[in-house]
Amino acid sequence: MVKEFKRPDGRKLTEMRPIKAEVGVVPNADGSAMFQSGKTIAIAAVYGPKKMHPQHKQDPSTGQLRCEYNMISFSVDDRIRPGRNRRAMEISEITKWALEPSVMLEKYPNQVVDIHINIIQADAGTRCAGINAAAMALAHAGIPMRDIVSSISIGKLDKTLVVDLTKEEEDFEEGEGPTDIPVSMTSDGKVTHMQLDGKIGVKQLQESIDMAYEACKEVREVQKQALKDFIGELK
Amino acid sequence: MDRKIVIPGEIIIEGDEYLPGDFTEKKNGKLFALRYGLAEEQNNLIKVIPLSGVYHARRGNVVIGKVENILANGWIIDIGAADTAFLSIMEVPKYVNKDAMDEVLNIGDMVIAKIWSINKRGIDLSLKSRGLGRIEEGLIFEVNSNKVPRIIGKEGSMIKIIKDNTGCDITVGQNGMVLLDGKDIDSELFAKKAIRFIEKKSHIQGLTAEVEKWFTGEKK
Repeated sequence: MVKEFKRPDGRKLTEMRPIKAEVGVVPNADGSAMFQSGKTIAIAAVYGPKKMHPQHKQDPSTGQLRCEYNMISFSVDDRIRPGRNRRAMEISEITKWALEPSVMLEKYPNQVVDIHINIIQADAGTRCAGINAAAMALAHAGIPMRDIVSSISIGKLDKTLVVDLTKEEEDFEEGEGPTDIPVSMTSDGKVTHMQLDGKIGVKQLQESIDMAYEACKEVREVQKQALKDFIGELK
Repeated sequence: MDRKIVIPGEIIIEGDEYLPGDFTEKKNGKLFALRYGLAEEQNNLIKVIPLSGVYHARRGNVVIGKVENILANGWIIDIGAADTAFLSIMEVPKYVNKDAMDEVLNIGDMVIAKIWSINKRGIDLSLKSRGLGRIEEGLIFEVNSNKVPRIIGKEGSMIKIIKDNTGCDITVGQNGMVLLDGKDIDSELFAKKAIRFIEKKSHIQGLTAEVEKWFTGEKK
């Protein structure tokens, strides 16, 4: 008989960490949001649409999105060197690609929307938390969008698929080892971003996308609620 | 349909009889919101009223801006929009000596102006209307430009309430800059407090009554 897979924190295979979201956490920004998933906390601030500078980067046919992901030096137990590094640059670009399909920038020629994401505490899944926070911040900044993007990471630990990995699970070393698959999608299940770090079969990959769809639904509900709570009661 | 808060991508209402208005989109008989704000229905026309975001310049808006630069034939004015605004000397309703343009408007001066055209090159301002020109004195502060209609109220009803209660003259620029001019700083600060209250409560229904209640509470 196959022994059932146990997760270190006792969660079910499809259970996410507790999530919390808040809008308007940076008063100076045009839009901002915080997204927390377990111990991972991301803060996103959006500025614009504003004129693109430097001028040679202006595009008269459409507006542009600019994204900057950053991990604060105290976000992990071993202090990380502050500033841009290879990993931060990759995630910045990935975040931009994940959000771009939903944002309607055609109406803002020669302009730019700046997104700044800061991870103040990291426990795996920071890019997903960043994308979730950024999507809320964009909505808060009043940028026209077709949909809100939600993001979740699916993991394969040995042969078992689980939702929302923690750092502890990412360091899992038995059997086939850990595989991390961050997925971002819109409400109708269209994938805007997917990464794959490790080995997985085609069948299991399809299965993990289905799991991501269900998890993203839950994330979206939290994002939605945070945006509605920010305005409060109408009466 | 009652007013409700919507987020981008949310279905506002279903049905073929409804028409898409501002910041909405119709797909397969469903109306989707494209922006975060309040969804409202008027004669089957559904629109989203934005509650946040930066100022978007529109023709005819009266705005308050700051003089940023003096050029050969006009001034560059910062009105808080993505594009910079230009005020030509032709649009100033008095004689301007080109060698002493800083006597009319100097860098750093605040000015009330009207947007008379928006084109590819930018925004053009004019001072040729009543109530426009350089600001001599008063208190200026910024509110979110989406809340300006609420601060003004229906046909200026809200401004009138604040005016009656504080004795301040109020000019609200569509870009969110507010100018208060009262007899002393205390009355100006009181009016500012009132406007901040309106800004915070801008989305609730029956705001006028709420503001009147606030004034009676504050005056005690």
